[in-house]
Amino acid sequence: MLVYTLKRLFLALLVAMTVSAITFSLTYLAGDPAISMAGETASDADIEYIEKLYGFDRPIVVQYFEWALNAFRGDFGESYYFRIPVADLLLERLPVSMTLGVSAISFAILLSIPLGVLAAMRPNSLLDRLALGISVVGQAMPSFWFALVLIVMFAVWYPIFPTTGSETWVHFVLPTIVLGYYATPAIMRLTRTGMLEVLGSDYIRTARAKGLPQHVILFKHALRNAVIPVVSLAAVQFGFMLGGSIVIESIFALHGAGYLAWESIGRNDLPVVQAVVLVFSLFYIVLTFLSDLLNAWLDPRIRVG
Amino acid sequence: MKKFLAASALASLALVSAIPAALAGKADDTLNIVWERELENVDSYFNTAREGIIVTRLTWDGLLYRDPKTMDYVPLIAKSFKWVDDTTLEFELREGLTFHNGEELDADDVVFTYNWVANPDSGVKTQRNVNWIKEAKKLDKYKVQVMLKEPFPAALEFVSGSVPIYPQDYYSKVGPDGMGQKPVGSGPYKITEVEPGKKIVWEKFDGYMKDGPKGTPTIGKIVQRTIPERNTQIAELLSGRADWMWRVPADQADRLKSSGKVQIINEETFRIGYITMDAAGITGDTPLKNPLVRKAISYAIDRNAIVQALVRGKSQVVNSACFPSQFGCESDVTKYPYDPAKAKALLAEAGYPDGFAIDFYAYRNRDYAEAMLNFLSEVGIKANFSYLKYAALRDKIRSKEVPMAFMTWGSYSINDVSAITSHFFTHGKDDLALDPKVKELLQKGDTTVDSAVRKQAYSEALKLIAEQAYWLPLWSYNTNYAFSNDVDFTPTSDEIPRFFTASWK
Repeated sequence: MLVYTLKRLFLALLVAMTVSAITFSLTYLAGDPAISMAGETASDADIEYIEKLYGFDRPIVVQYFEWALNAFRGDFGESYYFRIPVADLLLERLPVSMTLGVSAISFAILLSIPLGVLAAMRPNSLLDRLALGISVVGQAMPSFWFALVLIVMFAVWYPIFPTTGSETWVHFVLPTIVLGYYATPAIMRLTRTGMLEVLGSDYIRTARAKGLPQHVILFKHALRNAVIPVVSLAAVQFGFMLGGSIVIESIFALHGAGYLAWESIGRNDLPVVQAVVLVFSLFYIVLTFLSDLLNAWLDPRIRVG
Repeated sequence: MKKFLAASALASLALVSAIPAALAGKADDTLNIVWERELENVDSYFNTAREGIIVTRLTWDGLLYRDPKTMDYVPLIAKSFKWVDDTTLEFELREGLTFHNGEELDADDVVFTYNWVANPDSGVKTQRNVNWIKEAKKLDKYKVQVMLKEPFPAALEFVSGSVPIYPQDYYSKVGPDGMGQKPVGSGPYKITEVEPGKKIVWEKFDGYMKDGPKGTPTIGKIVQRTIPERNTQIAELLSGRADWMWRVPADQADRLKSSGKVQIINEETFRIGYITMDAAGITGDTPLKNPLVRKAISYAIDRNAIVQALVRGKSQVVNSACFPSQFGCESDVTKYPYDPAKAKALLAEAGYPDGFAIDFYAYRNRDYAEAMLNFLSEVGIKANFSYLKYAALRDKIRSKEVPMAFMTWGSYSINDVSAITSHFFTHGKDDLALDPKVKELLQKGDTTVDSAVRKQAYSEALKLIAEQAYWLPLWSYNTNYAFSNDVDFTPTSDEIPRFFTASWK
């Protein structure tokens, strides 16, 4: 198990480094940062001045290693755009994305697992169809559109929820519903398939024959087994909720890290893009690493193979 | 079940009580404005966005002020001003002015600000705004002289907009970082709160000058919030949480107007669109080197139709390489009305009876660009179209890879052709024409103080540009402003909303 853990850890580190090198070169391909920083109306002299000031005239490899070395020491540098330390920006914006990510994945799990279990209990019943309907709609509906519909309903027609900002938990209600609903279909359907498979297996038949009550069979024996792949899926979805909330953050003016990354790409604010991508890829890597370990612990065949 | 009911009742109660009261506008004397862009820094010397200019005009004053209606330069912090010679400006200052923190505003602050920004080490982001300044000198407590590096008649434009006066004592103590967090100016509104990129709060400055050209502010408080999504901004406006927004697309403006809940005003802006063509052949041997081909392209595009169908508002077709109100903008130039038959004939004369293929780039208004593609293909020109981000496209132009592009230019709201024509036709990296005669004329206009001589030089240059069809000037842009029925607000063509002149109805 230790060898396996170390192996996975080494791989995870490699992934993190590759991701950072790729982002660094990609952001350079997108355009000269000096031109973006100088603004649309800059003259030649303005651009050259900024190139010198920030050292963009040096080779890209030199710039990358300088950045990587500092990042390794925990220094992400200063945002070209805001002129404040990237670490401060992240500390201010990450909590918003984290709150949204955690609440959205919780919402998704609380909605999809019960729905999946219910659907599996009575396959092809009205309830199953309903659950399927909810998941198909969730998959088909673009989240920005759903967000706008919610805004019109709950902010313009019936002003119950605020549309913008992140000051109180109420501000997170609409974004959570939109983002969480987006993750619901996959989790719901995996739960349903898993449950159907498990419910048809021999040991459940034995449990029923023993005369165990329905809820004990469902939740103690069936769900525990069915939920294993759902855990890994939820881990990946959670990573997705953290990084993939750009659209939602911009519609609800949440000013989180996802939106920060998006805007920083447009502004060629490399230190911020680099830091956000690194942090998000670390989240991903840690989450998949944890779910790998969890799976290996649950299933000895994975560690041996 | 009972427990569940009790819990949900409690939850909904908590929900209702946690909802912040809708931010009322007129009722609590607070103008809530929203815009899309995250402003990098409220310190005007360290931002480049138009929103930054809005913030500067609200919070700081310069020595002069350009009246948005008459376009005249009138004294603001100065009481009077005069040209001593071609490179020396003298200002007499108003007495008794103070900054928001109570610091007195006198010659020391003016001299400090000018000398500080003139030094390239200050890191001022838009060097063009300040690199004409040589130094400033104090003559007495209320009299200063500003020396220019060389004759630069457009200096008054920069004095009136781009060089806000900073408090010497405060700024020397806190520096740019402190100024960005707790700004202090002498303008009509003082900033009381800054959340970088998210929110700015102003309060009316009670100590503001009484008889200044900017008037006396009436609205008590202004709160700006950044909302990236335009539809969300509209929802906020309709639900009364916001009182003002701008840049509403034409179709949404129509719908908002018909709702009757808000006012919509359309105003033309200094920004113009144009097609730049590689006449000098710097990207290689393209058909565009032939003036007949450039003229054919100019005749081929129905600019009027695009303005009517897509650009709309107060936009108009422009024929000269400048915005009509700008000083020196000659409008009596060669015109190219839509005439596809003539375009085809010119192409045939140039040796391209079946047209040709050319790379064509754009970075904004994809729909306008696509309309142009259609017009071009009707006369046989096949444009290979690429749509890039602004920085990427400008990079490509500067590295000589773009033979033809649809670009726009806002002249940083400067009412002088030196901010546009001279920028593009004096052999800089954005110049694809490289005409020595045009360069000579423009430089004469840029460095002569006599306005009649300037006008003449610019007029000749612009006539030459149009005659040679180096550019196809397209149209002016426009902006839709949407705001609450309670607000009295008048937009201006320099696209700088002046909230200090706004009031409640």
